[in-house]
Amino acid sequence: MAATRTPMAKAINMGLRRAMEADPKVLLMGEDIGALGGVFRVTDGLLKDFGPDRVVDTPLAESGIVGTAIGLALRGYRPVCEIQFDGFIFPAFDQITTQLAKLTYRSSGQLQMPVVIRVPFGGGIGAVEHHSESPEAYFAHTAGLRVVSPSNPADAYSMIQQAIASPDPVLFFEPKSRYWDKAEIDLDVPADTSPAAIETGLHRARIARAGTDLTIAAYGPTVTTALAAAEAAAQEGTSVEVVDLRSISPLDTDTLVESVMRTHRLVVAHEAPVFFGSGGEIAARVTERCFYVLEAPVLRVGGFHTPYPPANIEEEYLPTFDRLLDAVDRALAY
Amino acid sequence: MDAHTSASDTELVQLLTPEGRRVTDATYSPFVAGLTADDLRGFYRDMVVVRRFDNEATSLQRQGELALWVQSLGQEAAQIGSGRALAEQDFVFPAYREHGVALTRGVDLLELIHLFRGYRHGGWDPVAHNFHLYTLVIGSHTLHATGYAMGVQRDGRVGTGDPGRDMAVMAYFGDGATSQGDVNEALVFAAVNNAPLVLFCQNNQWAISEPTTRQTRVPLVRRGGGFGVPSVRVDGNDVLAVHAVTREALERARTGGGPTFIEAYTYRMGAHTTSDDPTRYRSHAEEDYWRQRDPIDRVRALLITEGLADEAFFAEVEAEADAMAEATRTYCRSLPEPPAVTMFDHVYAAPHPLVAEERAWFEEYERSFVTEGGH
Repeated sequence: MAATRTPMAKAINMGLRRAMEADPKVLLMGEDIGALGGVFRVTDGLLKDFGPDRVVDTPLAESGIVGTAIGLALRGYRPVCEIQFDGFIFPAFDQITTQLAKLTYRSSGQLQMPVVIRVPFGGGIGAVEHHSESPEAYFAHTAGLRVVSPSNPADAYSMIQQAIASPDPVLFFEPKSRYWDKAEIDLDVPADTSPAAIETGLHRARIARAGTDLTIAAYGPTVTTALAAAEAAAQEGTSVEVVDLRSISPLDTDTLVESVMRTHRLVVAHEAPVFFGSGGEIAARVTERCFYVLEAPVLRVGGFHTPYPPANIEEEYLPTFDRLLDAVDRALAY
Repeated sequence: MDAHTSASDTELVQLLTPEGRRVTDATYSPFVAGLTADDLRGFYRDMVVVRRFDNEATSLQRQGELALWVQSLGQEAAQIGSGRALAEQDFVFPAYREHGVALTRGVDLLELIHLFRGYRHGGWDPVAHNFHLYTLVIGSHTLHATGYAMGVQRDGRVGTGDPGRDMAVMAYFGDGATSQGDVNEALVFAAVNNAPLVLFCQNNQWAISEPTTRQTRVPLVRRGGGFGVPSVRVDGNDVLAVHAVTREALERARTGGGPTFIEAYTYRMGAHTTSDDPTRYRSHAEEDYWRQRDPIDRVRALLITEGLADEAFFAEVEAEADAMAEATRTYCRSLPEPPAVTMFDHVYAAPHPLVAEERAWFEEYERSFVTEGGH
């Protein structure tokens, strides 16, 4: 079938549909995901086709959503929970980090927790407080969880299917500012969800643009920004490589190290605050393995050590095109 | 206010007085009418064996053989009476003090030792016994039980009329847990989904050092009503009454009648755990009051009064309890220590490169001591 130009929100919707068609145990849970189709319409139409036992409008209680999803998983289901906005995940933090992440370990492998938690995350949409946050590092810090973030519609379509097929809990961070970015995808072909495909398709980084002078590592919403910065840098004669990490836990350090071994410089970009963010871990890991080839310290570009600011000034908080180019210049100046 | 004076302005279901005499209750007596002499002797046997096991484990902790022990002392009627009401296909989510329930689910009590000796986080196979692992974070598992019950509904295992097929889920928690958000969310989710769930609250009067007056201004049984969940308060030291109200609730759940909240009014005769010191916060008078309401004395009196057991039976149970204590000591001391490298096992179900990398590093690190002749 012909590929169609599809926005990311629709790509995830179609990925969910494919997963539900492939496995009757897959069910969706969340606030307003049924009749409304989700506040971002990611679950639009699924209630009509799969019914209220599989597309569940839950009470307004995030801990309850994740806690009951754990129980459903214990009963053999594969729940996909939607947390309506990033800043609303914290009531569920205990269930995610204390229960969901640890039940396989606690049971010495007798129990599995194939639960996906979808989180529209990040800023740039002019939202009110608690609707623009990037809490991924809290979860990457917790053993037992897998944490991924697609940057484009094609990845979103395949990665959501692979996340659902994963035998482990997956935090699936959807860059809400990119929900309406479009790309050509063949939506008739389900993703390969074999264990090998999950390992490579869900958890490997991808070189989004080849370059020779510097590497920018990004994931989720900052990949598009990084590609724009690389294009601008090229006009100035600087060849920037962009690595789309795709997975934060596990982190594909090998692909990143291979890139930095060639470019000798690394800038990490994410919307989350830099302090104790994933960029710090990435910098440490790359430095351990690339110490002798690095021509500059690993630089991080991200949010400041402030709460997410009011929408009117969020542009100055985010790792914009200009701030990425500034970091590229600083790295090259060493 | 002493815990026992706050008893209630809400009636307790009681089928057996503290002296062991039967009380008739129009609603609940029918649920124990079918119990045979064997059943009643079985209740007694279970209660004595689990108390002996519990006391032995407390001793083992005092001797340094266990890192910690959580006593079930005093709650045997609440646990055996409810546990023996379960059908084989029912599924239980315990908190962490439900050793008596574990016994009724066919869990070898010796398997509980792994957790408290610090060798494993679990111990038994939760699927083989329909008895989930202990959950130490207060109240979290009530949501797991609710979700499990929602799965049971989706599996078409409720209200079919086939008693071997219909199933219920039961979650155990304490008076302190009723203050947790998760328990209240469990009540919401269970109620709106009409889930086949029994929320079994053992009100043992104390959440470590805090009396129930720190958790509630009303009898806990009233917590269910606002959620639309039928609720009943039962004398938790009366094995017959507990058995009856639990059977009634489980039958309602299995037949599609939805969730029930049970408050079993009992008493934690021991400490919260072996790390606790109740003399700092409660009176000997209160402990004496409850010692006179010992759940085992009550069923023993019933067996004697009704001529259902003789001295030979009681001696046989004592011998069985002695054997259990001996087996517990032997098993505990014979357990092999887990190799340190097992800490890397089962972090994830599928391979994870970081865990693999750290495991490889750790193994190499351990080997370095061997080659250097250190260990």
